[in-house]
Amino acid sequence: MKDKLDVAIDSEMASLEAPAIQLRSQKKRLFRTFVRNRPAILGVFLMLLVLCMAFFADDWFIAIPQGREPQPLLAPYNPLEQDAANRLSPPSREHLMGLDSFGRDTFSRVIYGSRVSLMVGVIAVLIGGVTGAIMGLMGGYLGGKTENVVMRLADILMAFPSLIMGLMVLAVLGGGLFNMILAIGIVLAPTFARVAHSSTLSVKQNEYVTAARSVGAGNLRITRLHILPNILSEVVVLASIWVASAIRVEANLSFIGLGVSPPTPAWGSMIRDGTKYLFQAPWVSFFPGMAILITVLAFNLLGDGLRDVLDPKLQN
Amino acid sequence: MARYIASRLLLAIPTVLAVLTLVFFVVRVIPGDPATAALGDYASQEAVEALRETMGLNDPLYIQYFSFLGDLLRGDLGKSMITGKEISELVRQVLPYTLELTFTAILIGTVLGVPLGIYTARRVNTWVDYVGRVTSLAGLSVPAFYLGILIMLLFAYKIPILPAVGGGDLGDWKSNLSHLILPALTLGLIMTASVTRLTRSAMLNVLKDDYVRTARSKGLSERAVIFRHALRAALVPIVSIIGIWSASLVADSVLTETVFARPGLGKMLVSSIMQRDYTALQSVMVIYALFVVGINLITDIIYSFVDPRIAH
Repeated sequence: MKDKLDVAIDSEMASLEAPAIQLRSQKKRLFRTFVRNRPAILGVFLMLLVLCMAFFADDWFIAIPQGREPQPLLAPYNPLEQDAANRLSPPSREHLMGLDSFGRDTFSRVIYGSRVSLMVGVIAVLIGGVTGAIMGLMGGYLGGKTENVVMRLADILMAFPSLIMGLMVLAVLGGGLFNMILAIGIVLAPTFARVAHSSTLSVKQNEYVTAARSVGAGNLRITRLHILPNILSEVVVLASIWVASAIRVEANLSFIGLGVSPPTPAWGSMIRDGTKYLFQAPWVSFFPGMAILITVLAFNLLGDGLRDVLDPKLQN
Repeated sequence: MARYIASRLLLAIPTVLAVLTLVFFVVRVIPGDPATAALGDYASQEAVEALRETMGLNDPLYIQYFSFLGDLLRGDLGKSMITGKEISELVRQVLPYTLELTFTAILIGTVLGVPLGIYTARRVNTWVDYVGRVTSLAGLSVPAFYLGILIMLLFAYKIPILPAVGGGDLGDWKSNLSHLILPALTLGLIMTASVTRLTRSAMLNVLKDDYVRTARSKGLSERAVIFRHALRAALVPIVSIIGIWSASLVADSVLTETVFARPGLGKMLVSSIMQRDYTALQSVMVIYALFVVGINLITDIIYSFVDPRIAH
């Protein structure tokens, strides 16, 4: 039979474990809510499809260690290979999405084009997210002049629509893949700064932050250990939503002619090339456009699903 | 109310100044010398130097800044470095095309989006609602230029009833309208998607409230409940999204004008970047920024009419 001390220890242990169990069950509940959201699951499925396209377009993950040129894997042809005799051929069994004005296989180029879109989408959001989160965190935590300068800067940058801002940055930096990623990152940073700022303002009111300060923790330690982990979930949800926007802005800039240099396949520039032969060979523009639509839709569905799951109103 | 409007107007001034300052500095950090760009790489050093002097590029930065602001106040946008024409004249020629495109699109987005949002909110979780939700999300996912291409393929190629490219003659309303429909529909449909989505969720929030239940229990007709009670309360977020999208439409007009080969500010912006026409770029950026600040100001003022508490 347990004595009184054992019972007391057991109940103490149980009370210590309770929050952990509560957290686990809350995570399970959130996961179940997400899985039940059919549009969000469709988004995950479409996103995995595009990821597969980007990853398995060719066998570079085998070829690079062997030191040879990657060979097409999912893509039926080399996206740069030209068949001038059959240029602008309509879709057929050999070329599912037809040929473009240089006689290149549109299907293969659509598959390879996913790499540019995803790379720009993810890296630009990372750049914008990290920069914006640091800006917002600093502004919100330090307050005073720092907050004024940082947040007013974010306001000014947000006064321009994202495309105009992107064009302005590209006018300064010049076109090309790297500059485009940087431009989109700069365009996105103010939005992240706003969210990180408002989350920091509410998190820093918590008692554990006051407690940390009272035991002598420095600003860097408090922001790193106590504030950052608590604002991260909101920033991550925002990131998944903004990947969709980043891909859209990339397509817009490539369409205008400021994206990756030819002949690298990118969906926006493929559509741009196709517009010259729009009525003669609509497939050249049609299929890359569908690829953009599906990819952006996938990230939007996923973002919507995540937002629904984390919306406190719906949780209740 | 007048005090509120005056305060919004006053608050817009620092925003405009900040935005103008940003544009001024951004154009100054664009790599390359504007005088060399204007005269070409083979121009003599003397000619380049003379042009730099005429353009005021040798002056200290703060003098250039104040003369930029002064010129703007007088409505003088300078001369294009490529064509040598007065930019204010070029803007006067193309601005009406962009304005008519943007306002028609806003009108389409509002007239279609708000009723569709109300309709889907009243049929929540039915197939009408599901179709509406997926369609509006697809509308938000489609790039404006691609939708423009699809609409052009449908209405100018498959069923050739409207012209595919150009802006038409501003003096001839028939020609102008026929050239306006497809690009305005492109932008309007994208805006419709967003307005429908937000109206639906704003209405769903409001329809759950107690005063809507009270209105229903008083025996009011469903029409009166929706339009007199629920919609009025949901109007603030709806006006807000219309404002945000109007500013975004200004940007999307750049792409639509490119697809439909329509004259406009957007086309001028793209060509000034491609041709490195710094003075034209600076002017177009300023006009875009003023556009956005103006739209935000109008949205703020409309708020105060929709919800008089805001003005207090």
